[in-house]
Amino acid sequence: MAPERIDLAVIGGGPAGLAAAIAARAAGVERVVVLEREAEAGGIPRHCGHPPFGWAEFRRILTGPTYARRIAARASASGVDIRCNHTVVQLGPAGELACRNAEGAVTLAAKRVVLATGARETPRSALLATGDRPLGVLNTGALQSLVYLEGLVPFRRPVIVGTELVSYSAILTARRAGIRPVAMIDAGPGPIARWPCAVFPRLLGIPVHYGAEVADIRGRPRVEAVDVRCGDGSRHTLACDGVLFTGGFVPAAELVRQSPLALDPLAGGPVVDQYGRCTDPAYFAAGNLLRPVETAGWSYREGTAVGRLAALDLQGRLPAPDAECTLEIAAGDGLKYALPQRIVLPWRGADGLPGLQLRVRRAITGLLTILAGNRQLYQRRVSVRPERRLIVPLDGLDLPDRAGRLQVGFQG
Amino acid sequence: MTEIREMAAADLFDVAIIGGGVVGCAVARRFTLEGARTVLLERAPDILAGASKGNSALLHTGFDAPTGSLELACVRDGYAEYREICGRLGLSVLETGAAVVAWTDAEVAKLEGIVAQAHANGVDEVRAIDADELLAREPALSPAAKAAVLVPGEHVIDPWSTPLAYIRQAVENGAVLLRNAGVTAAGFDGAHWRLATTAGEVRAAAVVNCAGLWGDRVATLLLGQSAYAIHPRKGQFVVFDKAAAGLLRTTILPVPTERTKGVVVARTIYGNVLVGPTAEEQDDRERATTDSETLHQLIGQAGRIVPGLADMPVTAVYAGLRPATERKEYRIASDPDRRVIDVGGIRSTGLTAALGIARHVHGLYQAFGTAHRPIADPVWPVVPNLAEHRPRDWEAEGSGEIVCHCELVTGREIAAALTGPVPAGDWGGLKRRTRAGMGRCQGFYCTARLARLTEGRLAEPLAVGPAHHGP
Repeated sequence: MAPERIDLAVIGGGPAGLAAAIAARAAGVERVVVLEREAEAGGIPRHCGHPPFGWAEFRRILTGPTYARRIAARASASGVDIRCNHTVVQLGPAGELACRNAEGAVTLAAKRVVLATGARETPRSALLATGDRPLGVLNTGALQSLVYLEGLVPFRRPVIVGTELVSYSAILTARRAGIRPVAMIDAGPGPIARWPCAVFPRLLGIPVHYGAEVADIRGRPRVEAVDVRCGDGSRHTLACDGVLFTGGFVPAAELVRQSPLALDPLAGGPVVDQYGRCTDPAYFAAGNLLRPVETAGWSYREGTAVGRLAALDLQGRLPAPDAECTLEIAAGDGLKYALPQRIVLPWRGADGLPGLQLRVRRAITGLLTILAGNRQLYQRRVSVRPERRLIVPLDGLDLPDRAGRLQVGFQG
Repeated sequence: MTEIREMAAADLFDVAIIGGGVVGCAVARRFTLEGARTVLLERAPDILAGASKGNSALLHTGFDAPTGSLELACVRDGYAEYREICGRLGLSVLETGAAVVAWTDAEVAKLEGIVAQAHANGVDEVRAIDADELLAREPALSPAAKAAVLVPGEHVIDPWSTPLAYIRQAVENGAVLLRNAGVTAAGFDGAHWRLATTAGEVRAAAVVNCAGLWGDRVATLLLGQSAYAIHPRKGQFVVFDKAAAGLLRTTILPVPTERTKGVVVARTIYGNVLVGPTAEEQDDRERATTDSETLHQLIGQAGRIVPGLADMPVTAVYAGLRPATERKEYRIASDPDRRVIDVGGIRSTGLTAALGIARHVHGLYQAFGTAHRPIADPVWPVVPNLAEHRPRDWEAEGSGEIVCHCELVTGREIAAALTGPVPAGDWGGLKRRTRAGMGRCQGFYCTARLARLTEGRLAEPLAVGPAHHGP
């Protein structure tokens, strides 16, 4: 059967994907299709049953599910064809997508594709955690979809591991569902998420232990106890019936990993230029597939930008990628990643991604420097912690005019 | 289940098999096909709860088994029968071949002996290859490899669907499977056994002990003593993302030492690559924990063998326990007076050898003097295909909803695994029948849906109850 021809296919119907589709329609792209593998569009906010979502998009504070419904409705109203229960199984060259739906196999030939498959938390297995493998060990995503989509709980007295933003979201979910966490632990010296999140568990009477990690998980068939090793070497047993591993987000990049598109091992998503364009120029990417991890609002804005850029590209208005005029960006000392990974010259101002997005591996204070060869383009003293947003505007930097390499990193 | 229990209590079986691992399932199949009225007793809520739940899933040729041993005979017979019947049961073989790779000069010196032993064992196609041929076959292998022995017939199979197919063929031809039926006491009156189990009493004219990790305990219950003691030996494994499958064609084996076959890097039939097992002695027969430090070491080892694995995401980790005894060989013995056959100490080759062991055990049983008429035209059930290299359900037209996106498991595959003659008894059993929840997200996306679909079906539910919505 001949593939169905469309202008823009968006893979993933979360905030970034829906925003990209809406923006492309607004920019005049005719046939825009969102391929969503779940039964409903909306992405992760569908099962974050608490505020705050939607301020930037709707000037209202919404819960996740309401926000998810609103953005999906906005997409449908703007003429986006949302196809749920559609799984993309392979990214082919030049936008040829192998998909399947409930009826069978489908091939789509899209002139442009926006990848927006999002991110997920690191499961216990990939954390290489020690212990038994009983029931009751899960990630926040699984907890929230159980509570908000099915009205069920996997445990009543879990230990929560992690102090990222999502860890506090997990506490909100737990509280709503009648789950009483016995403790919250983090291997680091302090909370990863900002105040006032960090005081919140204490207000609810949940003990918080920093410098503490899971040394053993015990129980069969369900969790019965967790041994916690503290910074001073002491070991404590916490009786509990579950372990919630929160955060440690990784891009859901499996389609990219099994395609010819280049993958950035640092950010974990596809290599993109300042237009969100991948190494096969038929493909763009937006949202948390690009890097772990940003808010729904950030992903929505990024999706809007990339959707508009894909539309411009369809009209022939983006500079063609060319190895002869590409700056490769190298994330150096102290950095977990730098995004985008390349800049196509000439730099035409910030009509693409808003700047260089950086994250650090561990808390650091030092001189953040950008070098082109020996020439220093940027230097600023910064003090930053892991999982905090760090943006360097590219506008105003005196970028080289020829192919080369930008070295970004901390000095001293 | 109640009906079956009542029937089991009223009936006198020809043979009761204790233990629903791969060996017990294969023995149950063999006895059923030979016409014996057969019951299999498993203490856990599902089959494969012990040693058979975690292994390296290799179909062994027997090239490295002790020449002239019972193990070799069972492996060779099991291999041949597996290849003969697998297609009819819906099982398959991922034809990988294996290479025993030497990394040091000392190991190179041992290769000749490995080839000689393989030939003595009747595995004639085994041959030594040099580094050039090895690296031409396996370009992603570390160039530090010095030479290898190629074992073209050493392949990869599905370690969970295989025993499931055996027990299903037994059950669908009249055998009774009793789960949650741990044997607590046993008495022999000179003609019949009375077995007290946690699911009621079972009577049988003969007993086969396939209790694996509990083999010595069950032997003591039956015979008053055991010829061997089980010393559980733990093996930890790391499973890499499916993107790794492109790195490797051939199973990479180390040159073995006296104690263990060593750490293997192999593709799985599910489309991943695994590294393992370790060999760690322990007393506990049930706890098979993973530990962070060992898993890191395994990943390091994998990366030294196939450098591309160093950056590969980890999908799953697991640990299995081997029912090792104080000796390496199989401990199979028959007591015709008490009508007991003891099948002990079946370790890493058990998955392949099970069919051969079953034939051997049936041969021993014939000396008991009870003759049966084999089933003339047995039913051949076809188990669902979980192998990645053959069409899976999600590819079929009209296969409906996908529940587990990472492993592309459909809703109707879940429904089928929860019903039928041998439905999943617990969450592990459902995973082993469908692959659901075994992929890279480990349930991040599918746990909620699976909790709903499995409600009331599993011994221990995924969810403990309803959410009490508070403020």
